[in-house]
Amino acid sequence: MKKKVISALLCVAMVSSMLIGCGSKTEEAPAAAETEASTEEAAPAEEAEAPAEEASAEGGSVYYLNFKPEVDEQWQEIAAAYTAETGVPVKVVTAASGTYEEVLKSEIAGSDAPTLFQINGPVGYNSWKDYCLDLTDSDLYKNLSDKSLAVTGEDGKAYGIPYTVESYGIIYNNAIMEKYFAMDGAVATSVDEINNFDTLKAVVEDMQAKKDDLGIEGVFASTSLLPGEDWRWQTHLANIPVYYEYKEKGVTDLDALEFTYGENFKNIFDLYINNSTCAPTLLGSKAVTDSMSEFALGQCAMVQNGNWGWGQIAGVEGNTVAEEDVKFMPIYTGVAGEENQGLCTGTENFWCVNSQTSEANQKATLDFVNWMISSDAGKDYMVNSLGNSAPFTTFGDDEKPQDPLAKEMYRFMENGKTSVSWNFTTFPSQDFKDDFGAALLEYCNGNMTWDDVASLVVTRWAEEKAATK
Amino acid sequence: MEKTLKRYFVVFTVPTLIAFSFAFIIPFVQGLYLSFCEFTTVGNAKWVGLENYKLAFSSGQGFTSAMLFTVAFTVVSVITINLFAFTIALMLTRKLKGTNLFRTVFFMPNLIGGIVLGYTWQQMINAVLYQFETTIVANPKYGFVGLVVLMNWQMIGYMMIIYIAGLQNVPTELIEAAKIDGATAWQTLIKVKLPMVMSSVTICMFLTLSNSFKLFDQNKALTNGAPMNKTQMLALNIYDTFYGKTGYEGVGQAKAVVFFVIVAVIALVQLSFTRSKEVEQ
Repeated sequence: MKKKVISALLCVAMVSSMLIGCGSKTEEAPAAAETEASTEEAAPAEEAEAPAEEASAEGGSVYYLNFKPEVDEQWQEIAAAYTAETGVPVKVVTAASGTYEEVLKSEIAGSDAPTLFQINGPVGYNSWKDYCLDLTDSDLYKNLSDKSLAVTGEDGKAYGIPYTVESYGIIYNNAIMEKYFAMDGAVATSVDEINNFDTLKAVVEDMQAKKDDLGIEGVFASTSLLPGEDWRWQTHLANIPVYYEYKEKGVTDLDALEFTYGENFKNIFDLYINNSTCAPTLLGSKAVTDSMSEFALGQCAMVQNGNWGWGQIAGVEGNTVAEEDVKFMPIYTGVAGEENQGLCTGTENFWCVNSQTSEANQKATLDFVNWMISSDAGKDYMVNSLGNSAPFTTFGDDEKPQDPLAKEMYRFMENGKTSVSWNFTTFPSQDFKDDFGAALLEYCNGNMTWDDVASLVVTRWAEEKAATK
Repeated sequence: MEKTLKRYFVVFTVPTLIAFSFAFIIPFVQGLYLSFCEFTTVGNAKWVGLENYKLAFSSGQGFTSAMLFTVAFTVVSVITINLFAFTIALMLTRKLKGTNLFRTVFFMPNLIGGIVLGYTWQQMINAVLYQFETTIVANPKYGFVGLVVLMNWQMIGYMMIIYIAGLQNVPTELIEAAKIDGATAWQTLIKVKLPMVMSSVTICMFLTLSNSFKLFDQNKALTNGAPMNKTQMLALNIYDTFYGKTGYEGVGQAKAVVFFVIVAVIALVQLSFTRSKEVEQ
């Protein structure tokens, strides 16, 4: 008897769980209808303000697959604000750090595909061209301040529009530098004198020798080479020799890289690893956050990173670096004429609209991005919440991010130095970058000579370019 | 009974069958098809025939070196895990004080996810290697040893539980009989206990073998293949191919199919081999 009761109970439990499983689906439908209803309700209220937009966006919705986890909250807020203002549903999903391509691959194949996504440049365009809508006639492109920044296809049309411009260089702590310059026997008297590799090297090596007096553990923050944490070297630093090689040859991409400026890469890389807070053989355990916190805690004077690093520096607990002491210096590598070199400025964040979604969704998406760059509320979000240095003519001079590194970035843009463009968007593949990073790690561990590293760069570049053609 | 079973066959198996085909059979067939295609997203594929399989085994893909590493790792870890698990199970089936506590403690690591374990061990191993001014990624041997240690630490507890269950099922009269016949402890172990727990050995071998062969999370978190992909195992190699460069999704898929065949063959051979050693009670 008891057994029967138990089995009956179990049956009930099983069946009810099945029913619940089905039930949630049926419940979903009215909920969706409800939001649509509220959309329609909201629409007439807003019609007075923007009738054209409302009518055209009807039925469409926006789904943005966000690349940057650090601004996920802000995007959710923007989505809510936009829906409240216009009634158009906006969904923002953020891919976890480093998984954007994977998430995009699975999401875009689904029925509810992202209508707005991002690519990282020409290489990204190559893999997503089937999904990129021609944006040449969009307001987004028309308002772009420098049209050459857009990602264009072989037909010359614009398919990806950058929504931010970023810079990277050597971030230094001015307080420590001033302390050094005030010392007896300092090789330079101010940061302005450091305008080429030789001076930088002399200053750094002298500072390293006097690190105890300066109260630091090393001049440079640790060169993070933990697998997956090496993008500052295999991507950002590698950009400089590639930039000079492209420039010398007058091209914008190469099937076979000669790595003619490889020695220059070695110059600065050696300087980084030999004048650091830890021994070169320990770098395989360091992450970017380690480097940034070393800088924030005043354990080192310099770190190579971009203007996005300010958030990380400011967010470290017990941070001792004053806001006004955080400055940028170009990365000098010993190339002739580098006195005029500026920061590395560019972007690898390009917005693309999904060409395979419905027209209503495309229209809604275009309206949404246009709102982001032209309405006061949208612009405020762009600059103050997202910290984007938006390259659009719709932004005035006072509508720029105010953090110290962004200010430095604008200072370098305006002081007549030549910015180094971001050519790593043409790097053949992630595999290439990973192998380069792995080789740098082997070099630090003494398992590979520099010549091996340089030849690996040349062969892997050619192989990967050929493989991804 | 038979009749009732037949009557309710539909009710009880069809839901599972539907779920199984949606979650397994359909994706599997689709994956098989995609391994012959060039694609970026699964809904947008172009047939290229055997091209992907050719590329998968070409040099520079690291598939064969990853396979060698995986095989070496599997051999070492299967032996060590089973040896340790069996030894601990033997110790914990003697009526000692606190065996329950120890069983729990040994089982605990099995409850922690692979990625977390990988990062935790990476930190611990690096902390030790720091004394010698080096890191786990400095030498592929460190990565290999690290992986074996990690895998042992994680899997021993689970295998131990299975062995304990097996050992507890060995009839006491058999052991007593052996004792009366004058068998030493070693002889009892080899001639009586071991044959009686062969079914546990089968299941433990199968679990360790397939888990070691398919290892991914721990590999990715601990070394991510560094240095120079020398500690990259098959699953990680497939993952890196799939996401590493544009246009190679199909190659990754082809590798995955090859991987599946290898794992299936090894597992079946092992199963039939150890099954033949099992004895009926």
